[in-house]
Amino acid sequence: MTRIAWVEGIALWGSHLPGWALARAILRGEAPAPEASAQRPAPVLLPANERRRAPDSVAIALEVAAKACAGAGCDPKSLASIFASTQGDLAVTDTMCATLAQTPALVSPIKFHNSVHNAAAGYWTIATGCMAPYTALSARSCTFGEGLLEALAQAECDASPVLYVAYDIQACGPLASMAPSQGMLAAALVLATRRSPRSQALLRWDVREQDSPGDPPARRAALVAGNAMAGCLPLFEALACVAHDVLTFPLGPRLMLELGVEAADATR
Amino acid sequence: MSEAVDPPVPGRIAPVRIGAYTASSALGRGRKATLEALRARRSGLTRNDFLETPIVTWIGRVAGIESEPLPAHLAQWECRNNRLAWLGLTQDGFLEAVNAARERYGPTRVAVVLGTSTSSIGATEEAYRRLEPGGKFPPDLRRPAVHTPHATGAFVQHALGLTGIGVTTATACSSSAKVFAQAERLLRLGLADAAVVGGVDTLCGSVLFGFNSLELVSPEPCRPFDPARRGINLGEAAGFALLERGDGASPQGQAWLLGYGESSDAHHMSAPHPEGLGARLALRGALARGGVQPARIDYINLHGTASQKNDEVEARVVAELFPARTLASSTKGWTGHTLGAAGILEAVITLLALESGLAPGTLNSTALDSACGPQIRLENAQADLAFALSLSFGFGGSNCVLLFGPRQAEP
Repeated sequence: MTRIAWVEGIALWGSHLPGWALARAILRGEAPAPEASAQRPAPVLLPANERRRAPDSVAIALEVAAKACAGAGCDPKSLASIFASTQGDLAVTDTMCATLAQTPALVSPIKFHNSVHNAAAGYWTIATGCMAPYTALSARSCTFGEGLLEALAQAECDASPVLYVAYDIQACGPLASMAPSQGMLAAALVLATRRSPRSQALLRWDVREQDSPGDPPARRAALVAGNAMAGCLPLFEALACVAHDVLTFPLGPRLMLELGVEAADATR
Repeated sequence: MSEAVDPPVPGRIAPVRIGAYTASSALGRGRKATLEALRARRSGLTRNDFLETPIVTWIGRVAGIESEPLPAHLAQWECRNNRLAWLGLTQDGFLEAVNAARERYGPTRVAVVLGTSTSSIGATEEAYRRLEPGGKFPPDLRRPAVHTPHATGAFVQHALGLTGIGVTTATACSSSAKVFAQAERLLRLGLADAAVVGGVDTLCGSVLFGFNSLELVSPEPCRPFDPARRGINLGEAAGFALLERGDGASPQGQAWLLGYGESSDAHHMSAPHPEGLGARLALRGALARGGVQPARIDYINLHGTASQKNDEVEARVVAELFPARTLASSTKGWTGHTLGAAGILEAVITLLALESGLAPGTLNSTALDSACGPQIRLENAQADLAFALSLSFGFGGSNCVLLFGPRQAEP
């Protein structure tokens, strides 16, 4: 059964796609991509003394979460959220494992806080005073699709807008050989089942049995190449170009999330 | 921080059928061993001997994992967490129940939604202890499948021959309670016809040294709700349940998932909200979805970690919201805090309580904190139990409450 959801807010931050306004122009072919990697955004939602030591994953996740809420005109406190990350914060995991191997008694409470998969979601709800539920999840190459499915399912079941955030960062240390990921990439959407004056696109979604992903790669795939969340890019290209598009995202070995993307205008 | 907003009260949901369920922990393997240890008040906690970590504490360790490798056809998934997952899947006829569901609905229509806190990070930690020159992983651990948060979720899906939705939820101590909520949504929307939910977490350096750095680890067997409690004991467990929509027949007397409530504390990464606001919201959600009043709750399996703050806040919330006749307890004196597996382990203990009428008390504790109302019990009790709650409050301020009981009239 095909269901619908409206895209109320969109945010993207990548090392070569720093912010949705520029990313949208780049993905539409209207602006060149910056050659140098952007500096990570400052996690301005956090208290000043926590900003500098915040892990990269938290910084980029909070950046896109805040921008998507602002674009949707939604108070972050009112939104349930889903945070998806394939590998979590690989830099914190590398540091934790190295410390445990060499001087385990020196594991720091801050590093331990930051090592949990729900760190970004925890900091987000604390920073915004949001008491609505959050979920933090992971599903290897199916992470973006599984997170999007959970977001769509929550919006549908609770008839309430939800915030979806997906992110992965650069791998480092010995773990990089087993859990590779390049650059930083974070994406966020606010999804709702009811149309609003701010609705930017319409999604028609369902699950479908399918053996292998049939989609061609994103046109500007090189801009996020190697990032563990790179699979999100086709959706953001479709949202940038507002052309009718049908995309698929893997959910499991033989199941896909099928997603039709339409301009909100086209449905008036 | 700006002022918090109460999320709206959710509406009723249709009860979800629990076709099969099982748990394995320091108490033993499967439902029978678990129930017998609860009845005999036999704790599974032992002195910390894990990885020769020099932390003076007690742990809830599952015996025998080290000597039981995975079957040959699953060998590429080898790690402690997946061994415990397999050990758990093979109890109480659970594999057979899933096989029957897979036959009935097809392999893409049975979802796998698993909770964990640290998944198989123990394997990554081991690789870092045994790095080869140049910082390479040792050859036997050069398996990307076990160095990722979804390692055990993917393993369970593969081992069960399932090919549909497969996802790992990692919200620390609420993880394997929240999977019931996710599965209910998937079933309600027809995105799956059945769901294997559960959770697996194993002891590892990250959690032993991590909780030790927070000064939350007790040097003695943990004493939930005791005024002299000194902190938590870490444990490990695997547990699973097979959920289906309620339109089929169900075993006589079997409890159903009637409701769930989820919330965030919006307070602190490792300390609960001082007034338990998040806990109250999650309780409200579970009771509202199930259409059950607090006065009807017969048993509550509390989060009761034996940390100073959790127990104090949780005791006050329970004292305010429930009648004196409600029996409430923490079973962490038996099992330790099994983190990402605590939700499913304690859901299983709650289901066993409903099935057997045994309301476990609270082990190791000899007195009750002044914050406790008459609900929280030290001794076991035998009673007619119809409605029960299981409470999970996690690191990062993630809360989840599950409501189990007899099938209610449809909303």
